[in-house]
Amino acid sequence: MTFEWIQIPYALLTVFIILNYGMIMTAIMQKIGARVGGRYGIPVWQNYIDLVKNWALRTKITHGVMFYLGPVFRLTGGLGLILFVPTIYGSVMHQNFSYSGDLILALYFIFFGTLGMALGAGESGHPHSAIGVSRGLAQVTAAELPLALAVFSISLQYQTLNITEIVAAQQGSIFNWTLFTNPLAVIAAMFGFVGTMMRSPFDVVLAPQEIPIGPPTEYHSAYLALMQTNRVIFPIAKTIIYMNLFFGGATGWGAFAVKVFALYFVTVFIGVVHPRFRVEQSIRFFLKWGLPVGILAIMAV
Amino acid sequence: MKDMDKSFKKDTETEFPLREEMRPHQVTAPDGQVIDIDPLQDYFCQEPPKVHAKSYFKIVEDFYNWARAHSLWILGFGTGCGAIEMRPLMTPRFDAYRYGIQWRPTPRQANLLVISGYLSVKTLKRAIRAYEQMPAPKYVVGLGSCTINGGMYWDSYNTINKFDEFLPVDLYITGCMPRPEVLMAGVLELKKKIKEGRADGANRYVENFEWYKANQKRVIKNWNMPDYNW
Repeated sequence: MTFEWIQIPYALLTVFIILNYGMIMTAIMQKIGARVGGRYGIPVWQNYIDLVKNWALRTKITHGVMFYLGPVFRLTGGLGLILFVPTIYGSVMHQNFSYSGDLILALYFIFFGTLGMALGAGESGHPHSAIGVSRGLAQVTAAELPLALAVFSISLQYQTLNITEIVAAQQGSIFNWTLFTNPLAVIAAMFGFVGTMMRSPFDVVLAPQEIPIGPPTEYHSAYLALMQTNRVIFPIAKTIIYMNLFFGGATGWGAFAVKVFALYFVTVFIGVVHPRFRVEQSIRFFLKWGLPVGILAIMAV
Repeated sequence: MKDMDKSFKKDTETEFPLREEMRPHQVTAPDGQVIDIDPLQDYFCQEPPKVHAKSYFKIVEDFYNWARAHSLWILGFGTGCGAIEMRPLMTPRFDAYRYGIQWRPTPRQANLLVISGYLSVKTLKRAIRAYEQMPAPKYVVGLGSCTINGGMYWDSYNTINKFDEFLPVDLYITGCMPRPEVLMAGVLELKKKIKEGRADGANRYVENFEWYKANQKRVIKNWNMPDYNW
């Protein structure tokens, strides 16, 4: 593909839309969770206020260079995921910088933020951060296994590593979606999806009551604001990949909003009815149930 | 009746020995090198806190204050009986999350410290450490009579009476014990104060740093921490 300068403002526009969509959608999801618990829940604009408040704090304490870079890496993971994956199929504006091997890059970027966070949280020197990060790496690794197998499976199925081509192959009818053409791969990938969204029952990484919120224990003010920004961007970026690979992609912002909301809601739905797994339980869960489905998906193709 | 409080405060002359691991000592590294360590100097940052200026433009500062008021994160730290009155605010009955109030498990991310009841000297030390680790601007609310004048513990040998002498309190909530509704009303009152820009406890603490430290050190005898916990 050829590069044109106009792509940069177009990609920034995509990021801007996704950021605002994520801010409001995350708040709505929290509200839904609160309603399940019988509470009224936060206002939908609460995320914006929290962000401004954290930027406006006057004290900023650093623990070293990696402490700075931790949130930056984390945000890079989220932004990189958006920038190198086509958001809207068939749109020139929201095609971003996708290229023929973007599926591999996307797989790498999903892991990138966790690695950056490990370095940053390690330098903060707080024992809870170290515990949280080691749990996070273990759990994300276990949850990525079925996802990686599912991705191999569908790249075999479509004979390409280009997300745009995979989306193109799914157009036409709802029965062309990977969901119906390769259901085993979708089931395997959904294990990875639920496992890496940091929601109950797989939120032992943050575990607010046990290791006070884990990796970000020492993060505050602007550092925390960066991480909050990533908290709304990154799950959406991940959902976009799933939407593109398995659920036919989106041809407009309307379809995008509906599909991302529905996919994100799967994790919320599972989260509000299931208590938290311990880390060894969740790893065992992924190895016992996720991995065999992933292997079956490859063998079926 | 003997004034227990005064005699308690008078007994500040006795030297309290530092804990074993806080005294200067030598450590031998795996390669045989011997290192001198003074834990109080080496393990902590010794820099004194600074007064933080307001934003240059008034409209920006007002906007920030509005955001601060609508996003109050409370440190999940409970002392005394009042801690149990904070919990109902998280439940469906009172649901403080509606007002942008959240509980954070770490002082680094909290803006509001609620001292919920009597404060023993041992807990005071932890409260000071927690308060100093919070990022400015930060607010303190004293819940219940015990924080105002000691309440029913006014002549106890081990609790402090006037909390205001140790940390800059923005708001007191009276009662023994105040109900959750009162705590809610108090927090809403604090919001008004923040919006008007009058809740400036962090700067007040720094401006009168020596006075606060003298008061704190008067009652905390085993002071094995730096003067300001970053």
